[in-house]
Amino acid sequence: MTAAATRSTAHSIVEASPRTKAFAGGLVILYAVITILPLLWIVATAFKSQSDAIAYPPKVIFEPTLEGYVNLFTVRTRQTPDFIAKLPPPETWYDQLVRKRDMVIAGPSKVVPRFVNSLIIGFGSTFLAVFLGTLAAYAFSRFRIPLADDLLFFILSTRMMPPVAVAIPIYLMYRQLNLTDTRLGMILLYTAVNVSLAVWLLKGFIDEIPREYEEAALVDGYTRLQALRKVVLPQAVTGIAATAIFCLIFSWNEYAFAVLLTSGEAQTMPPFIPFIIGEGGQDWPAVAAATTLFVVPIVMFTVLLRKHLLRGITFGAVRK
Amino acid sequence: MAQIRIENLRKSFDRFTAVEGSTFTIDDGTFFAMLGPSGCGKTTTLRMIAGLELPTEGKILLDGEDVTFHRAAARDIAFVFQLFALYPHMNVGENIGFPLKCQGMARREIRERVQETARMLRIEHLLSSKTSKLSGGDRQRVALGRAMVRRPKAFLMDEPLGALDAEFRHLMCGELRDLHDRIKATTVYVTHDQLEAMSMADQIAVMNKGRVEQIGTPQEVYDRPASMFVADFIGSPPMNFLRFEGGVRSGDRAVSFHDTRLVVPEIREDRASAPLALGVRPEHIRFADAGAVRGEVFGAEYLGTTQIVTVDTAYGRVAARLPSSASVQIGETIGLEFNADRLALFDIGSGLAIRTASEEGPRHG
Repeated sequence: MTAAATRSTAHSIVEASPRTKAFAGGLVILYAVITILPLLWIVATAFKSQSDAIAYPPKVIFEPTLEGYVNLFTVRTRQTPDFIAKLPPPETWYDQLVRKRDMVIAGPSKVVPRFVNSLIIGFGSTFLAVFLGTLAAYAFSRFRIPLADDLLFFILSTRMMPPVAVAIPIYLMYRQLNLTDTRLGMILLYTAVNVSLAVWLLKGFIDEIPREYEEAALVDGYTRLQALRKVVLPQAVTGIAATAIFCLIFSWNEYAFAVLLTSGEAQTMPPFIPFIIGEGGQDWPAVAAATTLFVVPIVMFTVLLRKHLLRGITFGAVRK
Repeated sequence: MAQIRIENLRKSFDRFTAVEGSTFTIDDGTFFAMLGPSGCGKTTTLRMIAGLELPTEGKILLDGEDVTFHRAAARDIAFVFQLFALYPHMNVGENIGFPLKCQGMARREIRERVQETARMLRIEHLLSSKTSKLSGGDRQRVALGRAMVRRPKAFLMDEPLGALDAEFRHLMCGELRDLHDRIKATTVYVTHDQLEAMSMADQIAVMNKGRVEQIGTPQEVYDRPASMFVADFIGSPPMNFLRFEGGVRSGDRAVSFHDTRLVVPEIREDRASAPLALGVRPEHIRFADAGAVRGEVFGAEYLGTTQIVTVDTAYGRVAARLPSSASVQIGETIGLEFNADRLALFDIGSGLAIRTASEEGPRHG
């Protein structure tokens, strides 16, 4: 009893008790499981056969196959067993896999160009949005701009309209400008949407950097742009990284505009994935394989910038 | 090293005027302090001299050359900030060498100059340290080093000791003055702390509401304040003001203060009857039974060698600085006697001092 009493008096208001810590840890793990489970299910589905993928009750234990990935990357035609028997022996493991199901590979699918489109449009628009956003945020943060507050609100207001509401006018404009189904068009569109986010986020970060740093550099011999590049930017890296991740996640995942404005040339992954059709309907393992691949770049990018992102989210909360 | 001349300098932001038409010259090699309460325009003036802010009107001349619209970098001036503004991603040596790197100086020469500067500031042992590990005083030394290394025409300092604690501030005051005596660079030093200004400066400009109220040596500003604002702002406790109504004529050696005559320094200007104030520093008050002004002791504040005794009189509360040995009872009625040579007179309407024999010379800004 006395031991318990001492322990309770030694209770610190800053340091959580072991029981609280365990409880908090449990909550975090539970949340992680809930969020990661669907992702794991997708990764697993990509390795299932078509029948396993739609089996009911769902199969947790199954025989893994690469069929889903092969189907994702190829276009196949069904042939008679006689025709297949007459063919020279299969050259590769995936030829063999396909022929087992009475099919031959007719050529590569469109997944690679679609993926490349996603990469170019996603990273291109992110770069542009962060670049323009940094310059604009710096200007808003440092200079006396007439009607600065109204301009900032105007910039934010471009985000208030749901994509569906502006989709048709944008479609009409893009048709006039011959920008429909072009990578440039998509980059411009996503940049326009992201730049408002970038300006607001980065302004907050740049406001936190004391202006004395660049003023010292200005007095010491730098021009305004040099001071921005060599003194302000190194200190704003955290904010830039966090902003870049948010911008990339948006343009990478964007679906509504992509469906409306792209169909061939510039189609990105989000509108492509749901229409991967196999025999007799949706080819779920191939869809799951595409989804898995689709998630990889964003995970890599986030992990690479993780350190900055964590600091970025808590930045400004504590005065250093 | 250079002379700095400010002509009719004015700066307004939207509808607010920060600096209002000041004109003054800072001579080569002077330690010049700009002193005033916050928002008086001293920092804005300094930033205009540095080129970080462009004036709305007026001129800034460096050694006779008009630099009003030159880029900050083109003025060859160094600026020391209150928050030091050391670049966090560079170590001490890189910070000090940064201005030279900006100029594109050869690496070897930079190293030599950085060494020399560090030796002068006695921070050689810190050259490869991270700036975040330094104490406040050392950070300020590094900031000074970064300013000195370029051997600029002038140093501008914006409350450079404001972020230090009292102990370091006192130490750095001595170091700054010592440094100035060694390198003899024109220095403009902005502060709201009268002790810093008084202890270091050759010349002090007291500013209020965007105007320079008075420029003079610390002694002039203290002994012969040009306005009630200066008299009130400088000195702790500030000068006492005793109001009365009256007129003065050039040559008078006394004024009618209510129903008595008070001897004052010989008056040098004529004034029609108006509300006036008699200005007297706490240390120029003695307790004497025969004193012209009588009052009741309100309280005493012991300060070691002296004590500040506040007395309620018919003309307001008066603070007197007495030796701490004097015994004073709270509530007792005493007479106050003033040191006639050191009295000042002010016109309450304009706030300006009335010229007397002791006040000849103070310039009005």
